[in-house]
Amino acid sequence: MSIVRNPGIPLDLKHVKGIQINRSALERRAATMGTRRSVKKDYQTAWLLKAITLIDLTTLAGDDTDGRVKRLCAKARNPVRREVLEALGAADLDIKPGAVCVYNNFVGTAVQALAGSGIPVAAVSTGFPAGHTPLGTRLAEIRASVKAGATEIDIVIERHMALNEDWRALYNMVAKCREVCGDAHIKVILGTGELGTLTNVAKASMVSMMAGADFIKTSTGKESVNATLPVSLVMVRMIREYLEMTGYKIGYKPAGGIGDAKTALVYMILMKEELGNGWLEPDLFRIGASSLLSDIERQLEHRATGRYAARHHQPLV
Amino acid sequence: MSVKEIYKSMNYGPAPESDVEARAWLSAHKKKFDLFIGGKWVKAGGKAFASTNPADGKNLASISMASKTDVAKAVKAAEAAGPGWRALSGHARAKYLYALARLVQKHARVLAVLETLDNGKPIRETRDIDIPLVARHFYHHAGWASLLDSELPDYEPHGVIGQIIPWNFPLLMMSWKIAPALAAGNTVVMKPAEQTPLTALYFAELCMQAGLPAGVVNIITGDGSTGAAIVAHKGISKIAFTGSTGVGKLIRKSTAGTGKEITLELGGKSPFIVFSDADLDSAIEGVVNAIWFNQGEVCCAGSRLLVSEAIADKFYKKLKRRMDKLRVGDPLDKTVDMGALVNQTQLNNIETMLANGLKEGGEIYQANIPLPEKGCFMRPTLITNMDTACTLMREEIFGPVMVSMTFRTPDEAVQLANNTRYGLAASIWSENINTALDIASRVKAGVVWVNSTNQLDAAVGFGGMRESGYGREGGREGMLAYLKPKGGEDKPLVALKPAKLKSGTPQTSIDRTAKNYVGGKQARPDGNSVMPVVSPSGQLVGEVGRGNRKDIRNAVEAATKATKWSSSTAHLRAQIIYYIGENLDARKDEFAARLKAMTGCTIAKARREVEQSIERLFFYAGFADKFDGAVHAPPVRDIAIAMNEPLGIVGIVAPQDAPLLGFVSLLAPVIATGNRAVIIPSDIYPLAATDFYQVLETSDVPAGVVNIITGEHDVLTPTLAEHEEVAGLWYFGKAGGVAGVEAASISNLKQVWSHKEKQIGWANTYGRRFMEKATQVKNIWVPYGA
Repeated sequence: MSIVRNPGIPLDLKHVKGIQINRSALERRAATMGTRRSVKKDYQTAWLLKAITLIDLTTLAGDDTDGRVKRLCAKARNPVRREVLEALGAADLDIKPGAVCVYNNFVGTAVQALAGSGIPVAAVSTGFPAGHTPLGTRLAEIRASVKAGATEIDIVIERHMALNEDWRALYNMVAKCREVCGDAHIKVILGTGELGTLTNVAKASMVSMMAGADFIKTSTGKESVNATLPVSLVMVRMIREYLEMTGYKIGYKPAGGIGDAKTALVYMILMKEELGNGWLEPDLFRIGASSLLSDIERQLEHRATGRYAARHHQPLV
Repeated sequence: MSVKEIYKSMNYGPAPESDVEARAWLSAHKKKFDLFIGGKWVKAGGKAFASTNPADGKNLASISMASKTDVAKAVKAAEAAGPGWRALSGHARAKYLYALARLVQKHARVLAVLETLDNGKPIRETRDIDIPLVARHFYHHAGWASLLDSELPDYEPHGVIGQIIPWNFPLLMMSWKIAPALAAGNTVVMKPAEQTPLTALYFAELCMQAGLPAGVVNIITGDGSTGAAIVAHKGISKIAFTGSTGVGKLIRKSTAGTGKEITLELGGKSPFIVFSDADLDSAIEGVVNAIWFNQGEVCCAGSRLLVSEAIADKFYKKLKRRMDKLRVGDPLDKTVDMGALVNQTQLNNIETMLANGLKEGGEIYQANIPLPEKGCFMRPTLITNMDTACTLMREEIFGPVMVSMTFRTPDEAVQLANNTRYGLAASIWSENINTALDIASRVKAGVVWVNSTNQLDAAVGFGGMRESGYGREGGREGMLAYLKPKGGEDKPLVALKPAKLKSGTPQTSIDRTAKNYVGGKQARPDGNSVMPVVSPSGQLVGEVGRGNRKDIRNAVEAATKATKWSSSTAHLRAQIIYYIGENLDARKDEFAARLKAMTGCTIAKARREVEQSIERLFFYAGFADKFDGAVHAPPVRDIAIAMNEPLGIVGIVAPQDAPLLGFVSLLAPVIATGNRAVIIPSDIYPLAATDFYQVLETSDVPAGVVNIITGEHDVLTPTLAEHEEVAGLWYFGKAGGVAGVEAASISNLKQVWSHKEKQIGWANTYGRRFMEKATQVKNIWVPYGA
């Protein structure tokens, strides 16, 4: 990775408190993301192939088993059918997802299943999804995940800290997790659907980056509202702001709610427009999803054959 | 480029919208169009001209030039259709408008493409903004047709409306004009701009498909000469014009004294104000939508960027970075933000203006992006470090050029915002509701957008102040522009002449010369001369000052200073006007005697006039705090506040007859709505007015709110009508004066209201109409969302 990791900066409360977000204006801008730009034909093919490399292929369910995780990893090794890639002239592009994302308990299984593939394993830690377990337990969870071979750790923030605007507490909590992660990259999940306002989302983003986040991430996928375009716009603008302040590039990960190729393209357009092409690479942009991959496969098959493709022709994610 | 190459570059590729259907339509007409008159295509008398595609300079179609004779034909068709159309029930008219709305939606794609081909604006805008708004206007006004009888029962249509529209939003401007006109029961002669006639011609076919009765809508193409013929035609009752301030003034001048109503939606140099507590990233997108929407060819474009000095550097840096992300190119490409300017002339004009303007100072930044090699394209441009004297800061550029300067305080922001001859729109960015609403109420603009820009909707009135024109389009206020009060006066006004002096002794024991009343003080006339007031029987009743232009100047100066009146509460204004009524009542016998002596009427009639004057004062005092605005309901999450604002300084020329009642009937609504008045009383019977200033003096009327200058109407009126501080002129004076007043009003496009040379029965002439004429509607869009 060529990205210099964000070491964090001292908490700048004055800056955090000065953040202004206008929801209506943001929504208007977000609404035109997918109407001001469009990618068609070969451009769409290339963008969709790129989209696959941005996916954190995820299974985070109560009924996860080793078998389920292994199947997901197998899919990660072969995200698109060989013949489709060949037909599209993309066979040698090394298309594989950004990571496989699992619970701590399945890190070992995933690491083993992905051995030699170069696909990193990400673990959700810290009392996912609510974050309401003792900090010591959460830190131990991070250590366990790292030890088991996870190179990316997705932590959740304690939403009450953001809701009560206790930014110092949030800063300290994220900084501690960051420290325990060591060389593993830390993605900070804000639980944006539970933060009440876009202003809180912006402030929580900024505090997390000040505390050393490598990525900021919208949601656990378990909230009733997950990634949305306005929320994403707020977060990427904060990433831009932090870049201007410090020179550090922070990654962005929307999760939940991005289930089809078309939506994924709009998110990619948003990243390109607001931050630039650097954020169309997996070291700075990930999409937390699983069913998205199947839809992209179908669109790619359509591009390859000219026929609209069936879901059941795509190997199950 | 191969998939692999694109995968590496992650660029956008071309995403062209198909123009096959639009071109097929042009071909079906053999790329040649006649005029749409009386429901069918009619050959024009004039020669043809070409409509071209500004993106590639190629001809799209041959368009007919309507001659004077063709204009006459169209007016005749509209006149013939008028009685039938207005006799239809509101519901019947609504069905036609509804059908037009549906047809626009059904033909949305081809209309969008056609508009883009003809105008050069990006397909995203025609597809997502222009055409949906066109349909919205027809839907909205279908509703007005249904509601007319119940909501506006005291009004009737004007008759034939001449409508002349510009090239920047061809079909949208057409819908803004046609929909309310038809809903109100008028018939129209519409001239689209010669640069962009195609969608209007397509719309003519939609009218046929809708089964619209022949002659209700007539669409005739042509250039300025065709427009001039429409303006000049005697069969037209009202002109509705959108276009340049220069042409607007020509129209006002050439229709002066003809009795034609006009509404003008003209140019602008609208401020875009960014406070330090704004959401700056959102404000940047606001700038994009303000000045790089439609290539900046927008009358209400936020083209003057005023930035808080505290954040200016940061803001400019963000803005320049954003500019480099804009895409300029083939307007039919769905990934393009800015298309082609409308033609080479427009591009040349802007570039010349820029080159000259930059000699006066300023730093230019142009987006660092590629442009197509051919076609009328221009880079988004920002000019910073401007000052108020710079030509580029003052003149409308009508292109993708933002000029900018900084301010220090909210007060200074308002001063700079209002330092312009225009007053169309304003955009205000602050997260502080106190700041935003304070500035919104103080900025001179017909439309104000808080934390947003270029929000347009059929339910919300649109239109300007100052030299941005008058009249509103959209909402209830827009409907009123296409209606007039039912009935109306039809007896011609007769000029009164002073009676010959027979007896030279005034009836008072001590010599009393009435003075002018200026700035709350009695003031001797500048010329130090007087004129006699003679009763019809030849008796000298008294003398008043013979005012001259300097007295008018002094009166307007005094009114200029009385700004507090305009921001005072309606309750306070009501109290003072009641008090005037009370004090007049206390002296009613004296006033009645004066009226009797001056006019020779019976004492009973004189008493009635005084009673009615007191009644009138009470009426408008009562109205002062009930002339409510409205909250419109556009289809977005916004509170759209329609506020009735005073015009500012209103000049009044009071009728020669009804020396007290006419005077009071005009003065009371003017000051009740917060205007300051300069009033010229009857020049035959002025003594009731000069007595009246003693009533004013005892009624707590603040200095400068009412200023009275006596003298001859013919002498004083021109100065008042030309005065550029005066925002409105109510001419109800001596017969034969209207034409001169209307012509003179073009100096600053003051709003003229007159008796139209008709005799007015003042006993029964009062009401809401007076409040409306004394005010202009400001629409403030306030989006919300925690």
